[in-house]
Amino acid sequence: MERRDFLKKTGRAVALAVVTGGTGLLFHNRETAGYIPPIVKSGSFEVPPDPALPGITLATNEDHIKALHAVLDAIGGIKRFISPGERVTIKPNVGWDRSPQQAADTNPILVSETVRLCLAAGASEVIVTDITCNDPRRCFLRSGIRQAAENAGAKVILPVDEDYVRVDLKGEILTVWPVLKYFINTDKLINMPIVKQHSLSSCTIGMKNLYGILGGRRNQLHQSIDQSIVDLATFCRPTLTIVDATRVLFRNGPQGGSLDDVKIRNSVICSTDLVAADTLGAGFLDLTPERVRHIMLAEKQGLGKTDYKAIGFKEIV
Amino acid sequence: MTIKTIINLRRTSQILFFIIFFWLILKTNFEVNFSPADTSEIILPYPVSIALEFSPLVALATLLANGTVYKGLLWALVVLIPTIFMGRFFCGWVCPLGTLNHWISEIRSERLKRRGKGKIESNRYKKYQRIKYYIFIFFIAAALTGTLQVGLLDPLSFMARSLGTVVLPTIHTGANETLAWLKSFGITPLSDAAQFVYDLIAPLLLTFRQAHFHTILTIGLFFLAVLVMNRIFTRFWCRGICPLGAMLGIFSRFAIFGLEKDESKCNKCKLCLLHCQGADNPDVGSRWRQSECVLCLNCQAACPNESLKFKFFPNQKVTRTNPAGTQKIDITKRKVLLSAAGGVALFPLIRSGDAFEVNANPRLIRPPGSVAEDEFLSRCIRCGQCMRVCPNNALHPTLFEAGLEGMWSPVMIPKIGYCEPTCTLCTQVCPTGAITELTLKEKVGDETTPPNRVGTAFIDQGRCLPWAMARPCIVCEEWCPTSPKTIYLKEETATDSDGNEVTVKRPYIDPEKCTGCGACEFACPVVDKPAVYVTSVGESRSPDNQILLQRDGTKGIR
Repeated sequence: MERRDFLKKTGRAVALAVVTGGTGLLFHNRETAGYIPPIVKSGSFEVPPDPALPGITLATNEDHIKALHAVLDAIGGIKRFISPGERVTIKPNVGWDRSPQQAADTNPILVSETVRLCLAAGASEVIVTDITCNDPRRCFLRSGIRQAAENAGAKVILPVDEDYVRVDLKGEILTVWPVLKYFINTDKLINMPIVKQHSLSSCTIGMKNLYGILGGRRNQLHQSIDQSIVDLATFCRPTLTIVDATRVLFRNGPQGGSLDDVKIRNSVICSTDLVAADTLGAGFLDLTPERVRHIMLAEKQGLGKTDYKAIGFKEIV
Repeated sequence: MTIKTIINLRRTSQILFFIIFFWLILKTNFEVNFSPADTSEIILPYPVSIALEFSPLVALATLLANGTVYKGLLWALVVLIPTIFMGRFFCGWVCPLGTLNHWISEIRSERLKRRGKGKIESNRYKKYQRIKYYIFIFFIAAALTGTLQVGLLDPLSFMARSLGTVVLPTIHTGANETLAWLKSFGITPLSDAAQFVYDLIAPLLLTFRQAHFHTILTIGLFFLAVLVMNRIFTRFWCRGICPLGAMLGIFSRFAIFGLEKDESKCNKCKLCLLHCQGADNPDVGSRWRQSECVLCLNCQAACPNESLKFKFFPNQKVTRTNPAGTQKIDITKRKVLLSAAGGVALFPLIRSGDAFEVNANPRLIRPPGSVAEDEFLSRCIRCGQCMRVCPNNALHPTLFEAGLEGMWSPVMIPKIGYCEPTCTLCTQVCPTGAITELTLKEKVGDETTPPNRVGTAFIDQGRCLPWAMARPCIVCEEWCPTSPKTIYLKEETATDSDGNEVTVKRPYIDPEKCTGCGACEFACPVVDKPAVYVTSVGESRSPDNQILLQRDGTKGIR
């Protein structure tokens, strides 16, 4: 064998051996998976308090739009909260595949009117979304919220897997959780819960409604329901909470299903204080705040006041 | 009209019907932007299962099994009656599986056996083509005794099942994975371009949520095998297996349209055989077989001497070099009897096993509105339309859950998806009445009508958090959709690991209220094997699979 021939043939084999071995060494790693750091982002969208104005308002009117206008006007008008050019996200409760009469989801009339008011105040875009329990197509359709909000000019978003970001919520129970990006990538957030009975947390109103910004294994949160609600309310500070108490689901919550579970109350609450809003809302279920552990816990952690009259309460009849 | 024009018409027809079929499968879906006028009762905007109703095989088999031609299955006559006069035009011009087989068969092969002389030989009539008639007779005899198996091989059911539960979900996963991969490089223009393309195809091909179906590999491999066989024999399925092709072949016994061969002009070039789809011997010198011909008309188009012509009342001259064209089907009496006997014997064979009733799988939860198991198995064609349309991905093809007899029939797997109480979509799409159509009222019930039930939920106290682990939970109660709730709670004292007494609410089930929807099982945080689960007992469709002496104020549930 010629020397040249030997070198050529051996060279090819050696080259492949080097590439093979090199690849193995290059990718060698003792760790099984890389750590992906979560996003750190504020969930606070509050506006500065105005001592001259009430902190919580309540109106009762068979015309729900008038009731909404009344509570908003009394608290300073929508323009106090929404500045021109801002992007607004509205978070109604669209948890269940139920019709508006069954009072498991927020009244679509209130949602559409809020959308209209935000747009009239100059909002560049209004997004209406929620992470539903039942299938989102059915929930948004049968609750009437999709149609109502779209007709009013909002962009309705049915969440899909790609819409979540991992956020460090910095809570006691809630640490890193997937959050729907529309609830953090926004300028203002309007929380629009409905008043419902709940067997574990007694009631689901404003704070519990925030469960709907979370993805992931939400069904584990019940194991520490009060602390997780408070953690969430600590992280997520909505600009405004508008509580729908036009129809109240007083039993069989949070989905109901029968009109026998519903009481007509024709009331709307508006507040910048989540704890106050929930306290007043719980009254529609004949609950005092002492009987609702997450409300008491939230007050203890300084998230708001159960004594809603102390922050300025105005009732419009 | 020249023969070239007619060939182009045939191609157009094949493409058109293929697209229609595919489009109907795509539309068997609860679409995001669908806004019906009446949101209380959601009805699909299109009759998405109509294509399946055109199968004469399904119509005949369900007629034999149940004594009626169900609803839209009368459309089958639109295929069957023209076949009596014209022959198997359906196979060559309409059938989506036939079209797919045609296309795949005609991709040029590198194998010598699939080219030139080799291909001419393989396109001659072969004895294996008899098999489809025996399959047809076997299935029909089985249907007559009460077990419907034609759906396994009916080309329309086969296509709907394969596209709906295998091909489209696979495309969905593939598209998602590709998008994620392209985005993983972090190059903005690449990510944007990938997203743009994804957003373009998503509304066309992808459902709102990725569907994950049980046992799709068995369906997928069968589909793949049928497609791959085309690379060995042209349209192997259509020639040798398809029981619908066999049925249409039998019904073309008295066809008045056919091939006329002019022996005098033929120069034996065999171009007709080279392009033949049905292996029906179009060449001069052998017996033309009407029952095998799919009327693709390739032979007439390929003939350079105009010695072949399809026409009404063809003059089928018999000479020494051109034997009589046969209108009889090439099958033997003994094997026909054997096939029929086999089909008849199938029923007692499978029903003497234990999978049906005596040891039925408790997890065999059928879709709402399903008829009793006996009748269900005489109706379901395993087309998979109910599985495809279910917005919660609750319905899946079985493997052995319903016994081999019910392979690929629908079963609810609540862990993957539960039955949405107010949804009736699966009942709207069933083409054969295995699932009877339910109105909203019949599904959810009211003061006078009991709800439709698919089973009953049970608590596994050894896995349930408040029962076994002294921890609060009751997600099942939150999700329970009945009013009043089926899952009720009782405050009880449990002892935690430190010996402290803690108060927990423990769930109980009222079997009288439960509809078996499975929302509790779906929502249970013990995800791998939920601590609350549904079994079929209590299902409305069965008078025997019951727990309670009294229900809904009546004895039994009828």
